[in-house]
Amino acid sequence: MGMTMTQKILADHCGKEAVQAGEFVEIDLDMVLGNDITTPVAIKEFVKMGAKKVFNSEKVAVVLDHFTPNKDIKSAEQCKTCRTFSDEQDIKHFYDVGEMGIEHALLPEKGIVVAGDTVIGADSHTCTYGALGAFSTGVGSTDMAAGMARGKAWIKVPPAIKVELSGNPNKFVSGKDVILHLIGKIGVDGALYQSLEFTGEGVKALSMDDRFTVSNMAIEAGAKNGIFPVDDKTIAYMSGRTDKQWKIFEADQDAVYDRTIQIDLNVLKPTVAFPHLPENTRTVDEAGDIAIDQVVIGSCTNGRIDDMRVAAEVLKGRKVNKRVRTIIIPATQEIYLQCIREGLAEIFIEAGAIVSTPTCGPCLGGHMGILASGEKAVTTTNRNFVGRMGHSESEIYLASPAVAAASAVTGRITNPQKL
Amino acid sequence: MIVKGKTFKYGDNVDTDVIIPARHLNTSDPKELAKYCMEDIDKDFAQKVAEGDVIVGGKNFGCGSSREHAPIAIKASGVSCVIAKSFARIFYRNAFNIGLPIMECEEAVEGINEDDQVEIDFTTGEIHNLTKGETYQSQPFPQFIQKIIHAGGLVPYVQNELRNQ
Repeated sequence: MGMTMTQKILADHCGKEAVQAGEFVEIDLDMVLGNDITTPVAIKEFVKMGAKKVFNSEKVAVVLDHFTPNKDIKSAEQCKTCRTFSDEQDIKHFYDVGEMGIEHALLPEKGIVVAGDTVIGADSHTCTYGALGAFSTGVGSTDMAAGMARGKAWIKVPPAIKVELSGNPNKFVSGKDVILHLIGKIGVDGALYQSLEFTGEGVKALSMDDRFTVSNMAIEAGAKNGIFPVDDKTIAYMSGRTDKQWKIFEADQDAVYDRTIQIDLNVLKPTVAFPHLPENTRTVDEAGDIAIDQVVIGSCTNGRIDDMRVAAEVLKGRKVNKRVRTIIIPATQEIYLQCIREGLAEIFIEAGAIVSTPTCGPCLGGHMGILASGEKAVTTTNRNFVGRMGHSESEIYLASPAVAAASAVTGRITNPQKL
Repeated sequence: MIVKGKTFKYGDNVDTDVIIPARHLNTSDPKELAKYCMEDIDKDFAQKVAEGDVIVGGKNFGCGSSREHAPIAIKASGVSCVIAKSFARIFYRNAFNIGLPIMECEEAVEGINEDDQVEIDFTTGEIHNLTKGETYQSQPFPQFIQKIIHAGGLVPYVQNELRNQ
């Protein structure tokens, strides 16, 4: 029986010729990741396990991105714990303020993760690296601790859903619209315990940044991972960023899928997920008249350079609505610098938006843009659960950077194609 | 092992942001986290919950973030078991890894009401609803998971592995 792309990577990393869906395997890990919220818990468990040294100091990454720059004393203490541990363990990929970026934008950018890798991260959006053709999945802190101690993780081999993409997206239709459309179609548990494997000639129409956005939100459909085939764009992206050897895996012709879903990119429209679940999707034209108080453009989902460029394209020569606080957060220092060099930061500031240092801050209601009761926000982030970005009576509308920027200008949920 | 308590019942897709809102994630102290458990869907939960109580959810319980703080907060509240139609995969792993018992059982979720008294036998997988006089049979855990449960969680499991290296 043929294997899916995910199954082939897993088989390769557990020393087996073949694996089958449902089988439990222990895989060797190429990277173990944690952030300032999950790593302190992992360190405690690591010590309890009786571990002394991490299995490989070059295969652990610690990124201080969630409540940084330290938002309060407790957060500062958590970062200090991570810093001390990383120093003691000589962690090569430790990123603190000044070098750090949002972890899932940073690791691919620095070439720390490449095609064919197996990655676990104590952050649910670790599935982002599927865009590179890697197997990567989110786990908890105890799994992270076990991964740091032994370089292994237990995995139940997932069955897969095949997502066949065709056509070319229209102007202002992006990876965010692809994934929101998919989640709307299958629901927030539509891919529970499964892989989402993206294929089809439509893949080549998606930029790497689009693919990162799509893989990033695989977890929002309950998926274990969301993976793309490796093509010229993937190789061009990895080239020059890494000294690591990448390895290309392809699904077998006779691979078995639980089901196949077809998405025609030609007919896809800018899409918005209404409160309080990512599956509550409507096209932007069906959104109705919704006045908003805040816009956030950033996060591990949509804080990359393509996202910044499209936001700037919409905001250029325009002003954001006086009633809309518009917060733009390039995801890494490199992207931030690119925003300055390309004149995007100037466009944002002239439009009346603020440009922040990289942080996950507002996405999870940490800091840098908390919502009051009754407030509504259009954000390019990944979750619109109750209270996610602040007060339990606030509302989050998830959308692409283009929709978010257009909505910032008008003060209402707006189709950028009609601005 | 048998546990007994009253039930708190919630709907589908109970996410980790309502189980423990991120504004409280600047600590990992279980007692501190327990104070805010379920705060955004049931603000009096921390006051009402007693040792042994059981949370009952619909499908996709624990969806969202990978924060282990969510099962830790539930466990530290005194909750003895979470029963749901299905669990989000990261929450599922985390619960086993930290030693919070969970059970998948649609029939129990349909049958149990808020504030029922239930008794759960982890050995047989039977859930007795003492209020309604009903019994539901949950799915057994996969063998590999039982190995981790048997070891007492992932920490002792890895301890053994490291010792054997």
